[in-house]
Amino acid sequence: MDKKEQFKKVKEIVTVYLPEDVPKEAISKESNLINELNINSANMVDIVLDVEDAFGIRLENSDMDQIHTIEDALNIINQKVVNKNN
Amino acid sequence: MVDRIIKKLPYTDPFLFVDNIESVTENSIVGNYTFNKNESFYPGHFKNNPVTPGAILTECCAQIGLVCLGIYLLQKEGTNIQEMQIALSSSEMQFLLPVYPLETVTVTSSKIYFRFNKLKCSVKMHNKKGAVVCTGILSGMLKEKNNE
Repeated sequence: MDKKEQFKKVKEIVTVYLPEDVPKEAISKESNLINELNINSANMVDIVLDVEDAFGIRLENSDMDQIHTIEDALNIINQKVVNKNN
Repeated sequence: MVDRIIKKLPYTDPFLFVDNIESVTENSIVGNYTFNKNESFYPGHFKNNPVTPGAILTECCAQIGLVCLGIYLLQKEGTNIQEMQIALSSSEMQFLLPVYPLETVTVTSSKIYFRFNKLKCSVKMHNKKGAVVCTGILSGMLKEKNNE
């Protein structure tokens, strides 16, 4: 999966958990999940678990703390996927 | 261990719906509660016909199935719980039978996952005859307050 596909996949996952009043067009790499996309902490956990399944990786508490924007998530995913394949 | 769980519960009368924990492991918990005839909601639900509200049955399932199990799991992780921060984040329940005053119900909860402070469980409530009263999936966020 290249970076473009990774972004598309993450976007798909996040879309499922968007509140009704946030359109999926609002999702960009710069979007802050909690402050801009209004994802609550319970749904953040679901997003992380779906990301783990989709990419075959495992995230730790320290990774979770670093995820603020979609871009942060993509960076961590990419790093974990690279480590997994080495 | 069971005493230590019940003592940590952040509820009291008239909103404590846990009497005993019968068993607890890191994957499941069984507990019970007897609805006394003077519960605060019976005069209003319904007029002259007291029946335990579904919302209260859900609450009882959540107190035993999520909060008691969550306290056990946090303690097992080595968290020294002084004060808990908890919130129910989703519930999807089906109600099959009514529960009247003085009935004892048993709640069984099986962990689906506990990660990043979110506990998701499959819960089931039985009455004294062993019939299923309600069943569903509950999740909540639980953490030690000083971790903030």
